[in-house]
Amino acid sequence: MALVTAEGVGVRVGNKQLLHDVDLRIEAGEIVTVIGPNGAGKSTLLKAVIGAVPISTGRIDKPAGLRIGYTPQKIQLEKTMPISVLRFLSMAGRLPKGARADVLEKTDVAELRDAQMADLSGGEFQRVLLARALLREPDLLILDEPTQGLDQPAEARFYRLLAEVRKETGAAVLMVSHDLHVVMAQSDKVVCLNGHVCCSGAPAHVSADPSYKQLFGARAELALYEHHHDHSHEGHSHD
Amino acid sequence: MIDDFLLRALIAGVVIALAAAPLGCLVVWRRMAYFGDATGHAGLLGVALGLALGLPMTLGVAMLAGAMALVVTYMMRRGDYAVDTVLGVFAHSALAIGLVAASLLPGVRLNLMETLLGDILSVSWTDIVMISLGGAGILAIMAWRWRSLLNGTLSPELLVAEGGSLMWDRLIFTLTLALFVALAMKLVGVLLITAMLILPAAAARPMARSPEHMVGIAAAIGVTAVAAGLGFSWVTDAPAGPSIVAMSSVGFILSNLLKLLKN
Repeated sequence: MALVTAEGVGVRVGNKQLLHDVDLRIEAGEIVTVIGPNGAGKSTLLKAVIGAVPISTGRIDKPAGLRIGYTPQKIQLEKTMPISVLRFLSMAGRLPKGARADVLEKTDVAELRDAQMADLSGGEFQRVLLARALLREPDLLILDEPTQGLDQPAEARFYRLLAEVRKETGAAVLMVSHDLHVVMAQSDKVVCLNGHVCCSGAPAHVSADPSYKQLFGARAELALYEHHHDHSHEGHSHD
Repeated sequence: MIDDFLLRALIAGVVIALAAAPLGCLVVWRRMAYFGDATGHAGLLGVALGLALGLPMTLGVAMLAGAMALVVTYMMRRGDYAVDTVLGVFAHSALAIGLVAASLLPGVRLNLMETLLGDILSVSWTDIVMISLGGAGILAIMAWRWRSLLNGTLSPELLVAEGGSLMWDRLIFTLTLALFVALAMKLVGVLLITAMLILPAAAARPMARSPEHMVGIAAAIGVTAVAAGLGFSWVTDAPAGPSIVAMSSVGFILSNLLKLLKN
């Protein structure tokens, strides 16, 4: 069953055409990863799927009652709003009582429950966001650059956690990621985006596509090698 | 009676301070202080319009402030200009055009000082009834939509992903703000409305542990500032509106000093 079917989607903001002619299909249980250079419209595509950005052309179909868990790229916390982790999670809405403790345990944020959101490290923050998304028992997880700003160990930990969660819940995942090596290893489908879909399909198919190599150049070659080596020293080559 | 007008001022001021607490916290969290200014300054145009058309002042102000809030929201979403530019343009245009209109419209005699700085000491019992109803309305709306407003503040996308409506969020927030401007106008004038909103909230921040805690402290600081400001004005004959805001400033300084000392 398709959870999301997007056809010919275009997004225009002001005079800027951010996306055009984008087709996207997400089946139940699938991991779909969107890659592309900065300004390619990756976040915009995710927001359009959610319905937070109006589309100017095309259509996006979702089955009625589809439950989405979303982790935004940014949250306007600043230092101005005092809010604890537990309170933040409770804002996801009414939940069965056991659910919260369960999810906190799973995502490893149980001991952070009384911490202020503004005091969390990048990795902790992403896990709390994931916890909130999971609280909704989603059919589809939409993750916008969930490992942005994390160091290598935290990043690895996050992807392990995501894999566990998926095994348990079977939720489909639509995410934006810059971690090409992880993308190629773990995704069922990769969408290479640059205002439009340059190429899409299974990782092997995409990595062989000339437009993929053109967009990512040397990094693309690297991503293919990275399965075989220890690359902790290469953290600097990533965004 | 001499105490009577002071009592009326106190009641009106307390109601406004209470209504300002949740709204002011939202303005601070959403970094929309200048939005408050633009909406507030539009109030001046509203006064002129009300006088010209023979409408009640509060109605004219509410209409203009509401229209301003909607236009500014639209302009910000279009994204042709940076947000601070849009707000600066609209705030100052409204102020200038309001002043020009007030001087040009035939038959309009605007007490400029009162419009700009308010006159809380001339509040009538009828005003108080209206302010109380409006204030209660604002608090009821805030309570009803609180979770949604907080989510919309943290992340508009998260709000939508979890089934909320961004349009409702913005509409409710902006129109409530317009209602507040219309109510507070008479008390502190167009120039100090934003101050009534953001000063108590900003002063509450260093002490607060949760969003609701911050609203509570902001309300306490706001009410204290109203009482202290009126007292100060009574003793020294200083204008009441600015005295109230000045007391909030003292609260802001004290709470930040306390925080500094603690660390």
